[in-house]
Amino acid sequence: MSRRRAAYDEVVVTAPVTVPYVRYSIHGAHWFLAGALAELLKHAGLSKDKIDGLCVSSFTLAPDTAVGLTQHLGLTLRWLDHIPMGGACGIVALRRAARAVQNGDAEAVACIAGDTNHTDSFRLNLATFSQFARDAVYPYGSGGANASFAFLTGYYMRTYGAKREDFGKLCIAQRTNALKFPYALMKKPLTLDEYLEARLIADPLRLFDCVMPCAGADAFLVLHRAQAETLGLPYARILSTIERHNAFPDDAIQYRGGWALDRDELYAQAGIGPQDVDVLATYDDYPVITLMQMEDLGFCEKGEGPDFVRRNTFTVDGSLPVNTSGGQLSVGQAGAAGGFLGLVEVIRQLTDQALGGAVAGARIGLASGFGMINYDRGLCSGAAILAASGGPS
Amino acid sequence: MTRPLVRPPRKNPMLKTRVPTLPPPGRSRVALGLTAAAARGRFELQVCRDCATVQYPPREACRACLSQRLDWRAQDGAGELLSETTLWHSHELFYRERIPWRLGMVRLDCGPVVVAHLHGDCTAAPSRVRVRAALDRAGQATLIALPQKDTPNMADDRQLREMTCDPKFRKVLITDAKTPLGQATVEAIAAAGADLVWAGYGEPWKKTRGFDRLASIPQVSLLPLDLTDSRAVRDAAGEIGGRVDILINTADYHRIYGIAARNGLETARAEMDMNYFGLLRLAQEFAPAMRGRGADGQSSAVAWVNLLSIFALSNFPPHGTYSASKAAALSLAQCLRAELSPAGVRVINVFPGPIDDEWNQLLPPPKIVPARLASDIVDALRGGAEDIYPGDIAQEWLARWRDNPKTLERELAAASR
Repeated sequence: MSRRRAAYDEVVVTAPVTVPYVRYSIHGAHWFLAGALAELLKHAGLSKDKIDGLCVSSFTLAPDTAVGLTQHLGLTLRWLDHIPMGGACGIVALRRAARAVQNGDAEAVACIAGDTNHTDSFRLNLATFSQFARDAVYPYGSGGANASFAFLTGYYMRTYGAKREDFGKLCIAQRTNALKFPYALMKKPLTLDEYLEARLIADPLRLFDCVMPCAGADAFLVLHRAQAETLGLPYARILSTIERHNAFPDDAIQYRGGWALDRDELYAQAGIGPQDVDVLATYDDYPVITLMQMEDLGFCEKGEGPDFVRRNTFTVDGSLPVNTSGGQLSVGQAGAAGGFLGLVEVIRQLTDQALGGAVAGARIGLASGFGMINYDRGLCSGAAILAASGGPS
Repeated sequence: MTRPLVRPPRKNPMLKTRVPTLPPPGRSRVALGLTAAAARGRFELQVCRDCATVQYPPREACRACLSQRLDWRAQDGAGELLSETTLWHSHELFYRERIPWRLGMVRLDCGPVVVAHLHGDCTAAPSRVRVRAALDRAGQATLIALPQKDTPNMADDRQLREMTCDPKFRKVLITDAKTPLGQATVEAIAAAGADLVWAGYGEPWKKTRGFDRLASIPQVSLLPLDLTDSRAVRDAAGEIGGRVDILINTADYHRIYGIAARNGLETARAEMDMNYFGLLRLAQEFAPAMRGRGADGQSSAVAWVNLLSIFALSNFPPHGTYSASKAAALSLAQCLRAELSPAGVRVINVFPGPIDDEWNQLLPPPKIVPARLASDIVDALRGGAEDIYPGDIAQEWLARWRDNPKTLERELAAASR
């Protein structure tokens, strides 16, 4: 047995900010990342020179990496990280930044993620996403994850009896949540008929099962609790986090993610269970992966996702509020910011800063990440349990 | 079940001919190993020399033991279809123009999971399938899952036809139909359902046995064509060039002996004039129109077949100057392949062993008979490969050449002593 991991004592997360999403932009990724950092500094009341650590995630920053961004944005840093992990980048950034602050390698770490989106940039990103994707998936015609998720959605439906209506219920609840969230790109209510009859993308996936690529950025700040209190910033505490890469490589098709391997440790360190979670942010590029996260994170047993969906409601006022900003399915997927969206929303909910619907009395939030369809499955998984200040320690 | 292809209606000349697009052609260098095997009609995957783990997608090190000693080995492709999807959307123009498009995820019995094109006759998952490698229109290897057992009309599957060059309902030019091989090729292509076969012939004063018989095949149209005459080639292209879907260059000038047994250049020049410059003349006159018609509906321009020789790989000194002319033709064919590939037109090089004809009289059997070679050419068009080596001698020489080209050179030199 490995040594028990250290807790994240005295490290907090604060300043959840968003650069409003747009479908297409003529700006580069640097524009969105700069905007996120500026918004974060404004929110925190800090000057740029107080930031000594930076963690960056972006798909469209090339040829630059995080290093180039330091000069572009005029930052002098003593701690720098670049996390190319897509939908898991928010969780992983939080983990890295929290340890840096905890151990004194940095005082204030800005975690930023964002991307631009030109009319053809999504296709170009897909074509060169990874070596395996370029060699063994992209030539087959499916842009990006659509076919991969169609395979595993079809498999999941066949194996566990999920119906399209189950996925529809989640998508509709998220759309309901999104109607109150100012930055959501989808602004109209979604009916079950509209969901079921939408145009086919990759059978069984239809239009509203798929996220809309867009441009935008999200950010948060990791600090010592004392500093957050000095600045008067509402913050959330970090109870526990996990990450895992390439879990269950021998599963022929993905029906579970790394959470299933690590969830016991996740809850043990947090000292809570899934029943204590007041607000859940799943990574939701397609609804099937939300069901998988509910199962693998212990909200129900493997294969009971469909039944769990039927027994619960997921709106802000529901029995389990999920993706309360609307999630990527209704807000949009701003590239790497998709890996921040859920975490940033959970921080907002736990610090009484919800921009849309607020979950009443939310004390415990769980944000989950999932990313990088390198070939036939998502490789990265992660999760973080956060608590409102004054919640259980 | 696949519905049999029907003869396409006459093309409406008012409509714009669609510009050819290609499936995404980019591959890593290591993944080109899959293409190299598919080019010979084989489905090979990397197998670890140290722990025998089969790998996919192609990679630089074994996923089980990290060994870098990965060898490409033939696979039978048997596997189980785990899940499928039909694409109704694609970011790539080639697929956008061809949706709906069926894909499957298959676990091969040998281990790895592959994403593959899914033949229309494969039954719903879970089901047994056979995975094959074929070249796609971009000339890169692609995997296609076929039903476990052959089905009627399976070659007519819309997706499979994008990986083959089936002569069915296509218009085919055979440049020299007078030789026994030319005649056999005309007959085999007509029997394969070609819409129209132009049977080229030169030297009309010279009668050859059986040639007149071709005129009685309904699809066949005789076409005067001499590849050593630039003007004649240009005239022929002016007449039919815009309609040729498949060009099969069977023209071949073959004399024996090497350097010492002959004086002067006349024979060597005649060989080059037909085998090398003949191909060049054809390519200059016929390739441009074919490049423009790579996506011209169901019966688009798809293939250019070159009759080379196994002697093109390594000089066979008893037929020394002929070997040199075929080596020159091979090199030119590689250039032609590169120039036709943006249009999705496949260049198929045929490397037969000695054909059983008068010029190979002194060579020992097994020699390949023209009808068999013609049938191999039709099979190549129906398959997914671009290099074929018909006949036992060609297969053996190829194996020796792949094993060690220098060894083969010494073996062939010994044959001339």
